[in-house]
Amino acid sequence: MPCRSDAKLQNWPWTDDRDPGRTGLTRKGTDLETRNKAVEIRQVSKTFGRHQALETVSFDIRDNEFFTLLGPSGCGKTTLLRMIAGFEEPTTGQILLHGQSIQSLPPHRRRVNTVFQNYALFPHMTLEQNIAYGLENLGWEKKRRQDRTAEMLELVHMTAFALRKPAQLSGGQRQRIALARALAPEPEVLLLDEPLSALDLKLRQAMREELRQLQRKTGLTFVFVTHDQEEALDMSDRICVLGDGRIQQIGTPRDIYEDPANRFVANFIGETNFFDVEILSLDDTTARVRTPMGIEMTAGHRNLERGQKEATLSLRPEKIGLDDQAGGEIVTGTVTGVNYLGGFTHYVVRVGEADLRVSRRNAAGRPTTLVEGSKVRLGLQAEAARILGT
Amino acid sequence: MKDFRFWGLLPAHLLMMCTLIVPILIIIAVSVSTRGAYGGFEFEFSTDAYRQILFNEGWSGEMEFNPQYLFIIARTAVLAGLATLICMVLAFPVAYWITLQSAQMRTLLLFMVTLPFWVSMIVRVYAWLIILGNDGVIESALRATGLVEDMDTLLFNNGAMLVGMVYSYIPLMILPVYASIEKLDRALIEASHDLYGSRMTTLRRVILPLCWPGLGAGAILVFVPCLGTVLEPILLGGGKIMMMGNLIQMQFGGARNWPFGAAIAITLMCLVMGVLIVNGLRAMRQAQLKAESI
Repeated sequence: MPCRSDAKLQNWPWTDDRDPGRTGLTRKGTDLETRNKAVEIRQVSKTFGRHQALETVSFDIRDNEFFTLLGPSGCGKTTLLRMIAGFEEPTTGQILLHGQSIQSLPPHRRRVNTVFQNYALFPHMTLEQNIAYGLENLGWEKKRRQDRTAEMLELVHMTAFALRKPAQLSGGQRQRIALARALAPEPEVLLLDEPLSALDLKLRQAMREELRQLQRKTGLTFVFVTHDQEEALDMSDRICVLGDGRIQQIGTPRDIYEDPANRFVANFIGETNFFDVEILSLDDTTARVRTPMGIEMTAGHRNLERGQKEATLSLRPEKIGLDDQAGGEIVTGTVTGVNYLGGFTHYVVRVGEADLRVSRRNAAGRPTTLVEGSKVRLGLQAEAARILGT
Repeated sequence: MKDFRFWGLLPAHLLMMCTLIVPILIIIAVSVSTRGAYGGFEFEFSTDAYRQILFNEGWSGEMEFNPQYLFIIARTAVLAGLATLICMVLAFPVAYWITLQSAQMRTLLLFMVTLPFWVSMIVRVYAWLIILGNDGVIESALRATGLVEDMDTLLFNNGAMLVGMVYSYIPLMILPVYASIEKLDRALIEASHDLYGSRMTTLRRVILPLCWPGLGAGAILVFVPCLGTVLEPILLGGGKIMMMGNLIQMQFGGARNWPFGAAIAITLMCLVMGVLIVNGLRAMRQAQLKAESI
């Protein structure tokens, strides 16, 4: 499936002359720039009545990419996905699918399929009929339809359930059928709208792995919407962090965690300590700041501007060294809180005017002796910190 | 607790007995009695009334097959069926449209659907006399356009009766259909579009199948009263076209043949029960299938 044969494409309703979508495919290989972009979002914004759900955004999603739209609820991520699917119309701007504008196409003419949040399986059809539904509408002939349906059931390990109805399935099984149904018509892009949110924790983790493997196996472009940062970090090639209807940052999971563009991203992805700091000196990549812990620190920054006096210092709790592990700038403080969490212990340490959250792995041979009131040494290394514009 | 259940339900049971079971038993008793000389009936067992539905007593006392009443029964069934079908076709888009409105608007529209029930049925059916009648609204309008010079009356035919029946009972179709569309998950419609289903395909393969329960409930609510309707044949049919309802009414009134009237009434009841039983069995089988497959 990664290399979709052209023979298979012959039967797509838009592959004939009537449909402009086809031209986007024939250009493949000749125009690298176009080929690499599965979806282009160009100057798109969305307003519902007086409420601006999405400010003007532009970005590209590349072919064969696992691309995640991540953000808190109401950030516009689902709106974006629905605009790609065609259920919402952009207020301004346009969306291109493999170089072709799909602005004027209704949802049933777009070569994208969606896995819905609550799966939206047709309750009156068997699983087989659910999966074949899209193929029938595309006009696939019977034999080919049956083969493809069987193939899809096989892919999601649900062959034995072909004749059941959706009501007889568990959540995880429904999820798989929803996936199979969306994958069956060989869409150019698969859209997933928080597909794991309805599952319980264990199943969610198992499905994450399955989804990732499925994406690799099929080589399809996945556009995945979620509010769960762990899910996003785990599965994505690239993440687009959305907040307040704006793009906050686009990058690989590592980029976004290690080098957040702003306070919003640092706060939303993982845990962190924020301190208001005063900038003492500044060059292109690093800045020296005065911290409320009573020390001065040098750390990397991303987009501070010259002349800026104030900034935010972000310190990840797991990157602060405790006692024997302390390195870099050393400060001392008093433990004011201990939370034992199994794999980790979280401490709150008071240093000067500031409270720091520090986390430490409960490794073997290193018993935790720290209790509330203990005096402790903390090591703040330059690599552990980032300085963000306010 | 058991005692309470018995005594607590007793009034309801008594009410049902007095207002439903007893009258039906009386009608059954009348239907197998003999016609009295001056109306009414005499307690003397006879199946004449039922035989009269199919047969005529000839001059010499032999029985001749007489399809006249069968025709009336058939006409009633066909007209009621047609009215039900037309109600389905008209009610579905209306109900669908209502579900698309804002919550406030929906309440208002549903209220408007039920509004006719606040007016006496006779008045409402009478209104159609004015619309369809000679020099009525439609006829005057047609004349005014100059398309039609002279025309037969629009009243006193099957069509006029059908119009009246559809008009009278369509709210009973709109309400259950609305309820079933309202329950429909919008995501299913989007899923259908997403899987390359056009509007028509989506309607045919997703929306309609999921709304069958509502359409079925509406069909029964419309079909059953249509079978027994009296006003439409009298007012819009001009009393010339018989349906079962006014046939029965005539036997108790003008014709003074109570046993025959009762016999037709029982036949009509059996017809209705038949429809309900068939429908009930189908629903039960479906529920069973569902239960088995789980």
